Amino acid sequence: MNWISNYVRPTINSLFSRREVPENLWTKCPECGTMLFHRELTDNLYVCTSCDHHMAISPRARFAALFDGGIFTEVKVPEPLPDPLHFRDQKKYPDRMRAAQKATGEKEAMLVAEGEMGRTPIVAVAQDFSFMGGSMGMYVGNAIIAAAERAVERRWPLVLFSAAGGARMQEGILSLMQMPRTTVAVEMLREAGLPYIVVLTHPTTGGVTASYAMLGDVHIAEPNALICFAGPRVIEQTIREKLPEGFQRAEYLLDHGMLDRVTHRKALRDELVSIIRMLTGQPPAIKADLPPPAAPDPVSAQAPAAPVPTDAAIAGKSAGAAAAPDSKK
Amino acid sequence: MQYLEFEKSLAEIEGKSEELRALARQNTGMDVEKEAAALDRKAEAMLRDLYKGLTPWQKCQVARHPDRPHCKDYIEALFTEYTPLAGDRNFADDHAVMGGLARFNDQPVMVIGHEKGHDTKSRIARNFGMARPEGYRKAIRLMDLAHRFGLPVITLVDTPGAYPGKGAEERGQSEAIARATQKCLSLGVPLVSVIIGEGGSGGAVAFATANRVAMLEHSVYSVISPEGCASILWKDADKMREAAEALRLTAQDLEKLGVIDRVIAEPLGGAQRDRAAAIASVGKALGAMLKDLAGKKPDALVRARRQKFLEIGGKGLAA
Ligand SMILES: [Zn+2]
Repeated sequence: MNWISNYVRPTINSLFSRREVPENLWTKCPECGTMLFHRELTDNLYVCTSCDHHMAISPRARFAALFDGGIFTEVKVPEPLPDPLHFRDQKKYPDRMRAAQKATGEKEAMLVAEGEMGRTPIVAVAQDFSFMGGSMGMYVGNAIIAAAERAVERRWPLVLFSAAGGARMQEGILSLMQMPRTTVAVEMLREAGLPYIVVLTHPTTGGVTASYAMLGDVHIAEPNALICFAGPRVIEQTIREKLPEGFQRAEYLLDHGMLDRVTHRKALRDELVSIIRMLTGQPPAIKADLPPPAAPDPVSAQAPAAPVPTDAAIAGKSAGAAAAPDSKK
Repeated sequence: MQYLEFEKSLAEIEGKSEELRALARQNTGMDVEKEAAALDRKAEAMLRDLYKGLTPWQKCQVARHPDRPHCKDYIEALFTEYTPLAGDRNFADDHAVMGGLARFNDQPVMVIGHEKGHDTKSRIARNFGMARPEGYRKAIRLMDLAHRFGLPVITLVDTPGAYPGKGAEERGQSEAIARATQKCLSLGVPLVSVIIGEGGSGGAVAFATANRVAMLEHSVYSVISPEGCASILWKDADKMREAAEALRLTAQDLEKLGVIDRVIAEPLGGAQRDRAAAIASVGKALGAMLKDLAGKKPDALVRARRQKFLEIGGKGLAA
């Protein structure tokens, strides 16, 4: 395959999210209060086993569950200028950044990856709400542009998982400029005739919703996700009335024509595979948890047990022979 | 003339001079001219001083000044044959957004802008310049019309932001803004934009994703209002001065950051003090920006516009 040849030194991801917590931890479901054993929760993709509440899931955990065998390759994102405005509120922006990096183990609020999902190659990009509220700054903009460029280069579809409180105020006008910049990325995909699927997760609000998150060819939301431009509190203050039950939640948006589907997280992967394969004229996929695609030149990588609903043995065994698109060293 | 909070001492001096002259008009033979003229000079010096060093928060106040020329004033003064076009063909006509066909220096163009209104009645009718989805969808329709018939598009931006209302959300405020930005990026005709007052967040971007963006000297353009930013980051809405400072929302900072292409000088004391002069300056800038883009091919305009936005963020402010 010719796309192997223009690939330089890929990084292979461990299946483990770096913020993995010890086995014996319990998490309380914020919706129903059920105490959930951590392992049980990760196996269930952070969906409450008792009430189906969809909790936040990190981009790494999401990708581990999305890609075949939990294997994906990170796409490098160009680094923006750090703290371009020398922003300081009660804290300095660089201090807030460091705190977020320490808390999440991630560099920024967006992760870009490529790999195969149901033997269907895709580029995926996911926003990390736990990193400064997923806020859209220059890095997030660069990540979406990098994802779109990679998708165009490979002629693969792009799947985007949105989650953000909005723009990153600490980057001022430059965060606002990510609205047109990410829209340019969407235009690149459109011109190349590639599917752009947006999965809106809780919460997707503000400038993020008003740019790339609402420009998908297909919009899928996770159940009960808050999706809006102005938040409910701002609206209540403006119009001085109580908002109806479920206002701005995924199901409400579906009713109002803003979404194509509301889909349970556990059904999402199959649905994405099916939609993409139909849009791109490929035969139906094999519905199974697939091991990672075979690579011509196995590279070594650590393969710990996966916090994903794949068969840990399969994932573990094949992780070493992973990274199909990137075996050139 | 409405005075702003930081113009209080100026108001006193100008008031005194006016009082003197009124007194002289009632008492014939009384000569106050010398004294009044001295006060005028003092006022002018003070005005020069105040406006030379406006803080970002003061600029926000000037940008929101009710006597500043609004979109309607610019259209009336700078364009001929203005023919308003209404409606989004889906739901309604949004009066927060005005636009239509017109001639600028005899050249047919499409002009679109936010209109805030000038008195209580018109402000309510215009929803204070806060557009609903219908406003953005009307703009999309007009931009598309201009694109198909090869007319340049001029947008005048003056909005506190998109309207945060129940119906607006139900009818897809986010989608409407996103589509308007996307439309801006796909136009095969010149698109030039002037921020004439407030460039409020996504509601402004939807109109200002242009080949050339200019800002009036005392206008502001920001991701969030200083009040909103203060209440989120400082947890205290009264910290808007600090927030305005930190956000770098002035025309001067935005030019340094490479977000806008030019700053249009305002008359002494702001556009509200000499509306005709401010309008004329905007007219001149529009002419220059359109001339810059004249003769460019549709494809080149689209590519250049996209490239311009992709490159934004490359330079920060000096420490
Ligand atoms: Zn629960």
